[in-house]
Amino acid sequence: MPKTVTKAKGPSTGPNVKPIKTAERIKRSLKPRMSELRTSLKLIVKNPLALIGLIILMSILVVAFAAPFLAPAGNSQDPYIIPRDYESPKPPGVPGHPLGTGKYGADMYYGIVWGARLSILVAVYVVFCSALIGIVIGAFSGFIGGKVDEVIMRITDVFLSIPGLILSMAIVAVLSRNIENIMLSLIVVWWPPYARLVRGQVLSVKESTYVEAARAVGVRKNRILFKHILPNSMAPMLVSITMDLGAVVLVAAALSYIGFGVPSGYAEWGKMVSDGQSYFLSTIYYNGEAMNPWWMVTFPGLAILLFVMGFALFGDALRDILDPRERR
Amino acid sequence: MAAYIIRRLLLLIPVLLGVTILVFTLTRISGDPGAAYITERMTDEQIAQIYDEYHLNEPIMTQYFYWLNGILHGDWGLSKSDGDRPVLVSIADYFPATFELTMVSMAIGVFIGIFVGTAISVRKDKLADHGARSISLIGVSIPIFWLALLLLYVFYLQLGWFPPGGEVSDKYILQGVPDYTGMVMIDAMIALDWQLTVDAAWHLVLPAVTLAFGTIAVILRIMRSSMLEVLNQDYVKAARAKGVPESVVIKKHARRNAMIPTTTIIGLTFGALLAGAVLTESIFRWPGIGRWSADAILSLDWNSIMGFTLLVAIIYCLTNLFVDILYAYLDPRIKLE
Repeated sequence: MPKTVTKAKGPSTGPNVKPIKTAERIKRSLKPRMSELRTSLKLIVKNPLALIGLIILMSILVVAFAAPFLAPAGNSQDPYIIPRDYESPKPPGVPGHPLGTGKYGADMYYGIVWGARLSILVAVYVVFCSALIGIVIGAFSGFIGGKVDEVIMRITDVFLSIPGLILSMAIVAVLSRNIENIMLSLIVVWWPPYARLVRGQVLSVKESTYVEAARAVGVRKNRILFKHILPNSMAPMLVSITMDLGAVVLVAAALSYIGFGVPSGYAEWGKMVSDGQSYFLSTIYYNGEAMNPWWMVTFPGLAILLFVMGFALFGDALRDILDPRERR
Repeated sequence: MAAYIIRRLLLLIPVLLGVTILVFTLTRISGDPGAAYITERMTDEQIAQIYDEYHLNEPIMTQYFYWLNGILHGDWGLSKSDGDRPVLVSIADYFPATFELTMVSMAIGVFIGIFVGTAISVRKDKLADHGARSISLIGVSIPIFWLALLLLYVFYLQLGWFPPGGEVSDKYILQGVPDYTGMVMIDAMIALDWQLTVDAAWHLVLPAVTLAFGTIAVILRIMRSSMLEVLNQDYVKAARAKGVPESVVIKKHARRNAMIPTTTIIGLTFGALLAGAVLTESIFRWPGIGRWSADAILSLDWNSIMGFTLLVAIIYCLTNLFVDILYAYLDPRIKLE
């Protein structure tokens, strides 16, 4: 018995074995991960819906990052304020305004492009912060268990017993109205489901044999949690996070539509819909021609729909891809 | 069963207490709670008296208990945006309209969701399946306020089939609408006024469809996936092997069991319906609590906003309790511990 133990230790510590170079070690440890990634990519390309989702997401990301080039900001201090010409609304296709203009002659194209940037910003910020809070609290709660767990779960119950949009409405209502407070209120609403999800995962992973083995050989608690339990609890989180990147924008748009957050004329899609709404069912005149200004509401709404749909499609695909039953 | 219900109701108490703490905290963040009662002409003494009267000089914990006591005794404050009526009176006045709207939407959503979900599950990967799934994907991704505006554009402005909003046509309001329950369509039926019933139903279509769209999407998805799971099970195969007609297999053997997970989701979608009501009711000028709360938000009327939040939390908790009980009833395998 003692012999086998020394043998098992042998290769890495024995004096006559060449030490593996760092580069080589990284390469070796990356190899299985790279092949996993390749499998994932293959699965994405094979699934047409996932591919559509990915294409939508990529286009939105490109637009968001290239916003300063696609629609150069004027000399205003805040690029998210849409430049206006203070004339009556113009239909799409007018020179200089490919998507027409809206309230106070705000350029729709500029609003859509910068709105993409703002939406990505809001989505990533809110989801990242809430996921972080959720992971920390959920992991802590599930790992420690007992009374602490019970109390934390009852607290999440309280948050989950109010529909998200209504709770964030109540929160923004008491704060001052700006986009930062919208994000803050969304974080308050969004962390509890993450905490519960992570907790559930941690609870189930905690019981698995490899964790028991790690505990048996005397690995420290922290290391067990961070090295063994958390990484293996992350798959459903990843799916949730992807889908929520879209869902957050949907709720944020609803909040700004109701009148929280950004002022009129801001490049926020929900606000752009509400800016266009007053014209929507009326008739305007452009060059003496009567027309209905459908574009003011249609384009920003379509942008929200595509954004949310892109993430929903991709999240759905991700769920299938991460499901071990679907792989190989 | 009774013991289970009682236990669940008792468990509801700490959660609702937590909700009141949350709401109370929000009311105190919003600024000086005394400001709502003070007018310009008051002397300093009168102001001090108000602070005494509402216990605003006490420590925050004591203030919470006074506030909670008020809530429990029906003192939810005055609704500034609704002519300084007590919040509970406003709620009692506006709630029936919302109840009518959400129930009709729920019925549309559940009916279409279950029906279409079952139908496409037996046509997996056919054109109808892809079509229905795409629509359900749009349903969960579409901003509800945008959908409302699009429906108004098409069905009111372009086609002129439906009215732009309100509960009934103006001529009926001038004549006077019967008021028994606060739900116009039901009231009209009670009064045996068929013209008014039809008119009320006609006004209900667009807001109800708007609100139901998301519910349809969610229920359709869950129904489809649970049908697919059930259809793969041995007892369904056994029924088919035995020669039970396919329609009976689907309706009696598969659908009944697939309904069980769907039931839980119905409770959860109710929260989405109440949240959606805020947007839908404001767009369609529907006189419910959703529009009342949207007005309250715009005029910074804290009492109403908090009253609305509290009410929604209570309704939401009770609905989910009800669904859990229903769930246990539908699936005898689940033991109510």
